[in-house]
Amino acid sequence: MPVNIKQLAQEFEKKEIGITQGHRLCPGCGAPITVKFVLMIAKHLGYEPIVGLATGCLEVSTTVFPYTAWSVPYIHNAFENVAATMSGVETAYRALKAKGRIPEGKRYAFIAFAGDGGTYDIGLQALSGMLERGHKVLYVLYDNEGYMNTGNQRSGATPPGSDTTTAPVGKKLPGKIQLKKNIVEIVAAHENVYAATAVLSEPLDFFAKVEKALNFDGPSFLAVFSPCVRFWRVNEDQTVEISKLAVETKYWPLYEVERGVYRVTRKPRQFRPVEEFVKAQGRFRRLLERPDAKEIVQELQEYVDRRWERLLALEEATKDKPIR
Amino acid sequence: MQKVLEKVAITGAEAVAYAMKQIEPDVVAAYPITPQTPIVEYFAKYVADGVVKTEMIPVESEHSAMSALVGAAAAGARAMTATSANGLALMHEIVYIAASYRLPIVMPVVNRALSGPLNIHCDHSDVMAERDSGWIQLFAESNQEAYDLTILAVRLAEHEAVRLPVMVNLDGFILSHGVEPVELYPDELVKKFVGEPKPYYPLLDTDHPVTWGPIDLYDYYFEHKRQQVEAMENVKKVFPEIAKEFEEMFGRRYNFVEEYKLDDADHVMIALGSTNSTIKYVVDELREEGYKVGALKIWMFRPFPKETLQRLLNGRKTVVVLDRALSFGAEAPLYEAVKSALYEVAARPLLGSYVYGLGGRDVKPEHIRKAFEDAIRGNLIADEQRYLGLRE
Amino acid sequence: MPLKSWKEIPIGGVIVTPGSAREYKTGTWRVMRPILHKEKCIDCMFCWLYCPDQAIVQENAVMKGFNYDYCKGCGLCAKVCPKQAIEMRPETEFVGEEG
Repeated sequence: MPVNIKQLAQEFEKKEIGITQGHRLCPGCGAPITVKFVLMIAKHLGYEPIVGLATGCLEVSTTVFPYTAWSVPYIHNAFENVAATMSGVETAYRALKAKGRIPEGKRYAFIAFAGDGGTYDIGLQALSGMLERGHKVLYVLYDNEGYMNTGNQRSGATPPGSDTTTAPVGKKLPGKIQLKKNIVEIVAAHENVYAATAVLSEPLDFFAKVEKALNFDGPSFLAVFSPCVRFWRVNEDQTVEISKLAVETKYWPLYEVERGVYRVTRKPRQFRPVEEFVKAQGRFRRLLERPDAKEIVQELQEYVDRRWERLLALEEATKDKPIR
Repeated sequence: MQKVLEKVAITGAEAVAYAMKQIEPDVVAAYPITPQTPIVEYFAKYVADGVVKTEMIPVESEHSAMSALVGAAAAGARAMTATSANGLALMHEIVYIAASYRLPIVMPVVNRALSGPLNIHCDHSDVMAERDSGWIQLFAESNQEAYDLTILAVRLAEHEAVRLPVMVNLDGFILSHGVEPVELYPDELVKKFVGEPKPYYPLLDTDHPVTWGPIDLYDYYFEHKRQQVEAMENVKKVFPEIAKEFEEMFGRRYNFVEEYKLDDADHVMIALGSTNSTIKYVVDELREEGYKVGALKIWMFRPFPKETLQRLLNGRKTVVVLDRALSFGAEAPLYEAVKSALYEVAARPLLGSYVYGLGGRDVKPEHIRKAFEDAIRGNLIADEQRYLGLRE
Repeated sequence: MPLKSWKEIPIGGVIVTPGSAREYKTGTWRVMRPILHKEKCIDCMFCWLYCPDQAIVQENAVMKGFNYDYCKGCGLCAKVCPKQAIEMRPETEFVGEEG
């Protein structure tokens, strides 16, 4: 059911989206836009969202007692366990439905939102468990590439060369040394799942993936590139532009994996060098001042190039061959 | 109606699993750990055979077990799990959250020593590390009590003046794997007693969307905690009511403590769990020999029955407390609690602290006897922590 | 909201009023204010789609203006507008005005 933006605007002129005004996220933050997109599509498709959050920017800024910026049922438990918590909620639904305690015709969408901290690192175990057990939960990762709520500490999602407080660019070390963990591959390795990347600058692609994920008969995962205007040191109004640049430089390729079948959903005609992505953000400024900056950026360029080639090859190799 | 279904010889694990079967919670999320494992295994068989309609989540760790239950209970389901030792330690973070969210989760804990070194046998270090968590904590002396208290705990947890999760403690291996006679009640009676769960602001009620688990700044956290204090106080009023109902339905009487030959006892021994059986045996022996001794068994450790202890122990000659756990750098947990409760009584008894049974070290009648003999001879030093069965 | 005692709030930390955050007017954060040049606007609704604070006022997919109670002045609307129909001006120019 492809939907266009004007239709959505008409639908949600008066209807509650599920997240409200009054939250305390930074001006220009990518996270509330991510939530808006997901909840609008869920509601548009006739689902009633039940939302779970991991501790982080989104959670803390939307639920300062006694204020809540949520108008859908919401639960936050701890940092590392949103996947386990939503496994419990979804199971409770199935148990109560079997006992006849859920009204007929109710279609819930169980949606977890977590940052990269609560997903790549401390939350990985719970996520893996949820995927393995096959709970019908959509897990949305808003990836701002660091523990941003606590002031920019590095995570497994932080790109190499980025300046964070726990892996700063100093006289000796060039910021984060390790590559960014490939979370979508980790999720896809659970095989009987739907996993995809998405960006805010491609709303129709985003919406299509949310729909696919919600209708998927099993666990689904959406990795959204979610700029942090504060700690990536970009202007507040750059959120959508940086997202676009990420896709064009192959830094954030747009693809999906459905039961092992790879599909690249956006193939830009013209690519740009990843150096443009790096130069556009203040979090790489210190890196660029170093003598080895060129090498590090070159390494990153090779990585994104090879990863792109690999994706295209996987698309070819797995075409029409789902694992189940 | 017949109160008893049948008398069987079963292990504590099977008894607890049978109670869970009869309660038939909506969701069970459990991770195996010795010696709790048979509970999960028995229950999994009930689920696999369709004997219960419970949805069982085979979580990937205890931390996720309690996390899933928080989600399930907040959604409006009746939720249970079971664990031991390091499993309990691993879910520690979420144990506090479950109590703070006032979720009526019932969890049998098969008491086992906390590592390290690794030890799979009975002691109370696991539950003592959760003293401050805000959970109600009950202790079973026998498999019968483990069965009974698991059923009773559901009503206690879900009472609207309480709404706190409950740990039902049973000694690892001694009770969990030891075979004892247990009288089982008919399914209909158990179901009648536990009734239907009354969810509080369930997540699945999309007509009334609520937010569970906000962030509290310094302007509200204190008030939320004060509410938990009130709930614990309410337990002291609610528990006797529920225990009375339990007695009327099933014929067994529970209370904050059990008084064993206490009336004219000069010397009282206090302990938690299965060791009370050995203590009662020695009390009987010593009574035969003419000594006025008795046992005070604590069923409810949290909330701590301070007033009951003050009333029963005022004026006694001696009180000896046996702890199956240590608190390094301070007095043993049960001893400390008893001592501080007795601070205000008019006629304070002489007190003695004995630590025993750590890591499954066997406690024998001669050990109990030695502690009583110290008491009878007045050979007690309140500040001295003594050990039973330790090779010095 | 005046601070409540422990007896006056629901137990368990639950917030029972959905969307109570609306009582917190984030518009006070603003340093730049969006101004609409309606003659350039094509009602594409991109500004509405992207506003992180749902501060775009539209009726039946027709752009009407801004909800200055909540607009934080991030400027995303101006940036994504394909027709440059939104201009960001310093908030100081509007001191003393409504909103």
